[in-house]
Amino acid sequence: MSTTQSSSDRRTGRRPSTRAVAVGILLVSVVLAGIVSFYAASSPDGLTKVSQDEGFADTEKEHRTGDGPFAGYGTEGVDDERLSGGLAGVVGVVVVLVLGAGVAYAVRRRPGRDSPDRG
Amino acid sequence: MHVPDGFLDAPTSVVTGAVAAAGVGLALRGARRELDDRTAPLAGLVAAFVFATQMLNFPVASGTSGHLMGGAIAAVLVGPWTGVLCTSVVFLVQCLLFADGGVTALGTNIVLMGLTTVLVGWLVFRGLQAVLPRRPSLVPVAAGIGAFVSVPAAALLFVVLYAVGGAAPVPLDNLTTAMVGVHLLIGIGEGVITFLAVGSIVAVRPDLCYGARRVLAARELEIRPAATGASA
Repeated sequence: MSTTQSSSDRRTGRRPSTRAVAVGILLVSVVLAGIVSFYAASSPDGLTKVSQDEGFADTEKEHRTGDGPFAGYGTEGVDDERLSGGLAGVVGVVVVLVLGAGVAYAVRRRPGRDSPDRG
Repeated sequence: MHVPDGFLDAPTSVVTGAVAAAGVGLALRGARRELDDRTAPLAGLVAAFVFATQMLNFPVASGTSGHLMGGAIAAVLVGPWTGVLCTSVVFLVQCLLFADGGVTALGTNIVLMGLTTVLVGWLVFRGLQAVLPRRPSLVPVAAGIGAFVSVPAAALLFVVLYAVGGAAPVPLDNLTTAMVGVHLLIGIGEGVITFLAVGSIVAVRPDLCYGARRVLAARELEIRPAATGASA
């Protein structure tokens, strides 16, 4: 593992920095959740459809957090459908990012020396 | 495939909750080997990307849609243990903040769409890597195939859980055919998205893709004196 890292760092002369890749993934995620999600298919998903066809859809119980401010990927108090869903999506991206990175930082290896890649 | 409250009975949900908790607990230990200062932020970003992509339901058949589960994508990009943590965070946030997937079904959803798709996706990916030539260009292909297989596998496990603790009596052969059938189609979408996402990272920074490291390590041994001009 450590050998690949040092040699690949040498190779990355003209490759985008880790920070650039990170910003890229974040931008793509925000655009997908904030804008593109509006155009997602609204038909029931695989399991929902099967539950309707096979006759057990009515066993679903009401969701316990179903009255939260972002329940159902909408934003409470925002009437515009595009804005409501887009805001909820961006909030979700940020919350998942913070939680995910937080957990990852908490469990990561802590090397004695600095990592060679500070990009 | 977010399971809502009510589809599975309480005992089954307790068991899947315990399995999910054990899986996440193991992943918290296992991920230590995969994560350092450089890859920890990427894990958060991969989780965010999986969340965003899960919002994008795509049509698969008449009146049916599907979306990414993300276990294979996360496992290949940041490692299987970290992949379990990434997907679990997504399902937790979806459940609590967006009312997507039942609260009592959170364990079920983590087991089905997190643990199962990570495990199946990663095993298929590694199996393919063992038989395919060690070329970076084949990393996204193996990831896509692993992703494709992981979705019907999760659907099949749902049928097993439903057979054990389903709320309504449903003929199991019908349920199996319906669930696996539609999720084979959804799996194609999962495979394509995984291929594109992993392919994008491998194209710009293969060293940031966990599943490509072995391939890069093998390639290091073959480095020859540079010929004139670029050769990549």
